[in-house]
Amino acid sequence: MADTMQFDLVSPERSLVSVPVREVRMPGTEGDLTIMPGHAACMVNLRPGMVTLVDAQGNATEFAVTGGFAEVNNESVSLLAERGHARADLTQDIYNEMLRDAHRKRKVAEQKVGTAGEEFVVAAVKALADMQAMGTHIGLDPNQANFPD
Amino acid sequence: MPSLKDLKNRIGSVKNTRKITKAMQMVAAAKLRRAQEAAEAARPYADRMSAVMAGLTAGSRGSESAPRLLAGTGSDQKHLLVVLTSERGLAGGFNSTIVKLARQHLDRLRAEGKQAEILTVGKKGREQLKRDYADRFVHHVDLSEIKRIGYDNALSIADEVLDRFDAGDFDVATLFYNRFESVISQVPTALQVIPAVAPEGEVGGAAAQYDYEPGEEAILNDLLPRSVATQIFAALLENAASEQGARMTAMDNATRNAGDMIDRLTTEYNRSRQAAITKELIEIISGAEAL
Repeated sequence: MADTMQFDLVSPERSLVSVPVREVRMPGTEGDLTIMPGHAACMVNLRPGMVTLVDAQGNATEFAVTGGFAEVNNESVSLLAERGHARADLTQDIYNEMLRDAHRKRKVAEQKVGTAGEEFVVAAVKALADMQAMGTHIGLDPNQANFPD
Repeated sequence: MPSLKDLKNRIGSVKNTRKITKAMQMVAAAKLRRAQEAAEAARPYADRMSAVMAGLTAGSRGSESAPRLLAGTGSDQKHLLVVLTSERGLAGGFNSTIVKLARQHLDRLRAEGKQAEILTVGKKGREQLKRDYADRFVHHVDLSEIKRIGYDNALSIADEVLDRFDAGDFDVATLFYNRFESVISQVPTALQVIPAVAPEGEVGGAAAQYDYEPGEEAILNDLLPRSVATQIFAALLENAASEQGARMTAMDNATRNAGDMIDRLTTEYNRSRQAAITKELIEIISGAEAL
């Protein structure tokens, strides 16, 4: 079995990361999971949270994603996220912006509850909560942003 | 017969025009490179997305519980045409070709007795369609303030379209845009996004062996709206590159035409000047002879 596998993090605008890794930890909607080389092929939905990459030397790098999904097969992991930021680049400003997005989505969801159904709102509320939890986890304040109605 | 002064002014003004078209061509060339890079950079995401969608849709198509975005509403009476054009003119036939294709589509739908509504992005297409189809406009997205098209723009258009779909305003949505083939060739394209058509390519057996977490349906429900946004984003990027390509070609032609015109006017100017000199000489000589 190979020691490393190919990992790609792509956003709709460009490819963000493409490196060989030994291990990937990511936040699935049903719970966190770790992928290592040789993992069975699967497709996972992600919630907002931190993705951790561990390279062959054991160094970890973290990325914040706002949800998306990952395609895993035997020797590669492709993570498709709408937004992704390296932990080092994630400032309070960027985080605020992400939070504002999540707040706005929840508002929209609440307005559409009649047509789109209960689950839609639940999903939006959950995404917001995940986003806030992520902020707390990495030491950014989830209450600093202003949320216009 | 224009006077020498008139000709001189005329040559001066054509020279100025040539400078402007030349500058616009250069700007378009620089923007084209950037637009192409953006389109290139967006490709990995779109490719993966369509590969995953191909695998997923192959499995669920035909099953009773398939989401409406995939299976359709069971009718195709009401159509939505999303016409993507540019905010600026002077790009040759760029906008007209898109509008022409949309028009043909509209007329065909009308002949078949179906309803059609139009959602325009970019003001040029709106202006052209307004004459005949103003009553069918449902929404307009203005991108004139946006310098670089981002995924957010595509997302807001997608939200608009999906909201209307959820509200039952239409059954089928089609995008109209120019696909970028090369600087001199942009192909007007109609792309159906709702209900999703199976992307071309290998619907390999490999896709079927995936484990899905959560279920296949849940992932599909999550991915379909995203796939619509991705397709719109890709179309916007193609359009941006096409616009700059078309503008570059148009401005190149304009520059060349201005050059030809300057040559012609200069010849005429020189001839008139010669004629004036000859005339003056004749006058002097015949004056001298008369003495």
